[in-house]
Amino acid sequence: MGAHGKLGFILLASPLVLWLSLLIIIPHIDLFILSLQEKIGVRQYQTSFANYMTFFSEPLYLRTFLRTAFMSIVATVLTLLIAFPISYYIAKIARGRLQSILFLMCLVPFWVSELVRTFGWMILLRETGIFSNFLQWSGIVSGPVEFLYNDAAMMVGLIYTSMLFMVVPLVTTLESLDDSMIEAGYDLGGNGYNVLREIIIPHAMPGIVSGSIVVFMLSLGNYLTPIMLGGKDSLWFTEMIYSQFIVRFNWELGAAFGFLLLGLSSLIVWGALKLSGQTLEKTMG
Amino acid sequence: MTITKGIAAITLIAASTTAANAETLRLLTWGGYAPDAVVEKFTAETGIEVEVTKSNNEEMVAKLRATGGGGFDLAQPSQDRIAGAQEEFEIYKPIDLSKIDTSLFITSMLEATKSNTMLGEDVYGVPHVWGTSGLVVNTAMAGDVKDYTDLCNEAYAGKVSYRLKRPTLIGFAFSMGLDPFAAYRDPEEYKKIIDAVEEKLISCKGNVKAYWSGGDELMGLLRSGEVVASMAWDTGGWKLNSEDENITFVAPTSGALGWIDTFALPRKTKAEDAAYKWINFVMQPEIAAMITAEAGNFTASLGADAYADDALKARFQASFPPEAIDNINWYPTVPAGLEEMEGAALDRVKASN
Repeated sequence: MGAHGKLGFILLASPLVLWLSLLIIIPHIDLFILSLQEKIGVRQYQTSFANYMTFFSEPLYLRTFLRTAFMSIVATVLTLLIAFPISYYIAKIARGRLQSILFLMCLVPFWVSELVRTFGWMILLRETGIFSNFLQWSGIVSGPVEFLYNDAAMMVGLIYTSMLFMVVPLVTTLESLDDSMIEAGYDLGGNGYNVLREIIIPHAMPGIVSGSIVVFMLSLGNYLTPIMLGGKDSLWFTEMIYSQFIVRFNWELGAAFGFLLLGLSSLIVWGALKLSGQTLEKTMG
Repeated sequence: MTITKGIAAITLIAASTTAANAETLRLLTWGGYAPDAVVEKFTAETGIEVEVTKSNNEEMVAKLRATGGGGFDLAQPSQDRIAGAQEEFEIYKPIDLSKIDTSLFITSMLEATKSNTMLGEDVYGVPHVWGTSGLVVNTAMAGDVKDYTDLCNEAYAGKVSYRLKRPTLIGFAFSMGLDPFAAYRDPEEYKKIIDAVEEKLISCKGNVKAYWSGGDELMGLLRSGEVVASMAWDTGGWKLNSEDENITFVAPTSGALGWIDTFALPRKTKAEDAAYKWINFVMQPEIAAMITAEAGNFTASLGADAYADDALKARFQASFPPEAIDNINWYPTVPAGLEEMEGAALDRVKASN
């Protein structure tokens, strides 16, 4: 490589390196050091793992994390179940203009901000909202019904928020599946179930895995939806990190929670990959 | 060599931009405390531009902590959030009282704020806007809610709301006959009070429709009738009262909680003179009345009442008969460390079933 090639490489790589180091690596090192500070008095700190121990010794924090992780996994599975038929229809059955229109329709809700979308759900679901009023008007129920402020409402919000991130990778992988493979499957005597299990799902696996990872991480890191739709029992782990930093001025514990979230969620993704016999390399490409 | 030159160049550019903006006052405040009309008047009179950032107590302290007291030239935390935060994070700068026209202030309020925001020999805050928090009640549907603990009355199951923040803990403690402010300096005694309140809030959880987190959310709940009684600020109640005469602010029998928002200088303030000019400007009675009209709360400005709106005065007098004013529990300064204890209790309440 000549001097010019080297200069070119440096110029091309510098935005990425700057981005990674300034916005991700350096703040994380700083946060990690912060998370190891134990407060022992006013303006007095010592280095220890006390903040991490707090997470494991106070059942509330561990329970909140497990609940958040469990709900995120449920949201991911439900998103996959809903998104798969939609993606299959868009990729394989719809043709030409219809295909683009359907794809666009999945995209349109993302042109408005997440806050506005969540408010939309609140208008629909609240006690004096549209669903409740419609049910009363049609005579199905006699009094107002509250749909908001429970886990189901929160789940609806989470799935709605992350749907696109499942549909896009699924459509991409399904489109690359040659139609003749499906036809061959039927020619060889397979029924719909066999073809789905033996041909379509194995082919779509990279899309399923990458979509699931993205949706899981987005749900786990979501802050707005659980707070606005979830109601009084819905303590979400990100909410705890926020309140440690902003409300309680306890940055040290907040930073420790942040690292635990990073570590534990990576562990869950790794475990899921192992369980399903997939690797990250295969998924990427 | 080139790198050092580059850094030097960047620093120069940065320095020159700050120099060009020297006549800007970066104000960290609450919604309604710096109305556009007041800002325009100030700029016309002094030539200083004002950059307003709206926030709340916790965010103000967190923002100033993140920068070591930089990024803003004047902040407006409540008076109980100054001495403790200063002791812990060193984010404020002492106020030079000789640069403030003290004749513009109501003397008793100025003296109370000075002693509450004092650390060592230095004063860190002067009062601006004051108000209370208590109950906002739909009197047609929940007329017998008179105190915080009445929110746990079974008759209103699923129809009450409050915030999961420290005012709720303090309010319930007073309502249960305890005195949290007296226990501020005794962590063990305070822990007992917080534990008792935590138990009460957990047993009361079934009554709560949702824990509100923003003013607009609460307004929506009360306006639609989904919630009939809630803990809230006085101005929220009065605003709803102007729309629906059944809903109003009620000072609880155990006493409304009184707060004073102050002016405090961040440690790295870059426009100290502009900050003093702003304080002396907005404390003039006519200007203070403009802020009262926008924020809904009264100020510590002497004589501003004469300019205040009659409807607002009437609402204030209806919610606060003279004995209710004497009954207000004013927040003393929060000692460092109590918030962690309260935070853990609030987390447990939220996570309980």
